[in-house]
Amino acid sequence: MKPPAFAYHDPGTVEEACSLMASLDNARLLAGGQSMMPMLNMRFVMPDHLVDLGRIAALSTIEERPGALRIGAMTRQRDLEHSAVVRARCPLLVDAIQWVGHRQTRNRGTIGGSLCQLDPAAELPSVCAALDATITVQSARGTRTMPFAEFPAGYMTPSLEPDELLTHIELPDWPRGHGHGFVEFARRHGDYAVVLAAALLVTDAAGTITRASLTLGGIGPAPVRVAAVEQALVGHVASPALFRQVTEACRALEAMEDIHAPASYRQQLAVVMSRRALDAALASIAPAGH
Amino acid sequence: MASKMAITLNVNGTEHEIRVEPRKTLSDALRGECGLTGTNVGCEHGVCGACTVLMDGAPVRSCLMFAVQAQGRELRTVEGLAASSKDGGKLHALQQAFIDNHALQCGFCTSGFLMLAAGTLEQQPDIDDESLREVLSSNLCRCTGYQNILRAVRQVRDAGQGGAR
Repeated sequence: MKPPAFAYHDPGTVEEACSLMASLDNARLLAGGQSMMPMLNMRFVMPDHLVDLGRIAALSTIEERPGALRIGAMTRQRDLEHSAVVRARCPLLVDAIQWVGHRQTRNRGTIGGSLCQLDPAAELPSVCAALDATITVQSARGTRTMPFAEFPAGYMTPSLEPDELLTHIELPDWPRGHGHGFVEFARRHGDYAVVLAAALLVTDAAGTITRASLTLGGIGPAPVRVAAVEQALVGHVASPALFRQVTEACRALEAMEDIHAPASYRQQLAVVMSRRALDAALASIAPAGH
Repeated sequence: MASKMAITLNVNGTEHEIRVEPRKTLSDALRGECGLTGTNVGCEHGVCGACTVLMDGAPVRSCLMFAVQAQGRELRTVEGLAASSKDGGKLHALQQAFIDNHALQCGFCTSGFLMLAAGTLEQQPDIDDESLREVLSSNLCRCTGYQNILRAVRQVRDAGQGGAR
């Protein structure tokens, strides 16, 4: 229950971190440590080198850009939770962060760390899937960007080369006054979800849905966008009855099975969580005229 | 490769110059190198909260960070709550409330709960009941059933004594 011995590096810039990752063998990155530290303490990971990103101020940023928020990978979850800018431009992220661990872990945990850990039932990867986020990664070889949909390479495995690090996440704006809802079912609050759902809605003056996004976490190895439900929503007047009807399709999704729940239970939760997330999204839509 | 590093930890206003391997967690350094054994180590993977300390005023789990990462930060542990014995040794309001409300039995989780509650009340002196339950639910106690801990913290909040001795 004590971490193995490693050499410690704490670069001050992204470039230094990249050059360390390019030259060191068996090196791991340390972000907020709220998942990596337990894995080190239990010796699930045994790196020869640990590169701590905690001193890189350039990665701890919330930047307003036209059409999107650009967030540095080392931004603490607690800073996102309390950011007026995030609340105004990306309320789904604020909804979701209430479910991420606990206050003590959010004080240290980062958005980039959570995305790279890529637990299938974690909240922040599903938020990125729901919003069609763009991921920027950097190495000594250069910088590349990818849509979040291409970021998961497999179960808890991001599509990062061993020398690459996630630097920024871009969250595209949804129109002012859009609906947003995030719900999850977990055995205890603060645990990873068994199943979670994130929903976004845009309606016109008559209440007809013009745009919809529905994402499920905890169902597959990575967040699942439920395109069939999204398509079934657009063009119809938003109502709890409509949501009840269209979310039945979630029962047919392929679902994981583990010690926490069998696949059939996850499919049932997928239906219920989807419906509740859409209900919450509808309830959050600002009244017409705003 | 795992040679010791010389670092300085500022704990409860006192500078501790210590030498630690980089793999030494903050909780182990506080106990072993600084001699501050009030911080307890329970699960060592961030689940139980017994090792909660305040870093720059915010509650963190000291088993989930390395001592070398705490350089230049202001740390507070349970030893810093009461007045020193030469200043009369008066207990912090939270410590007194824990005694008065039977909010501890075996005491293993107590320092973690005290630091969590102290940090929370300093940041949010008028925190509502629901939020307080949510905050306190992050630490484990196997003796009290939590109600007495809630009662103790609520009492200190209601008396406006979150930062008081």
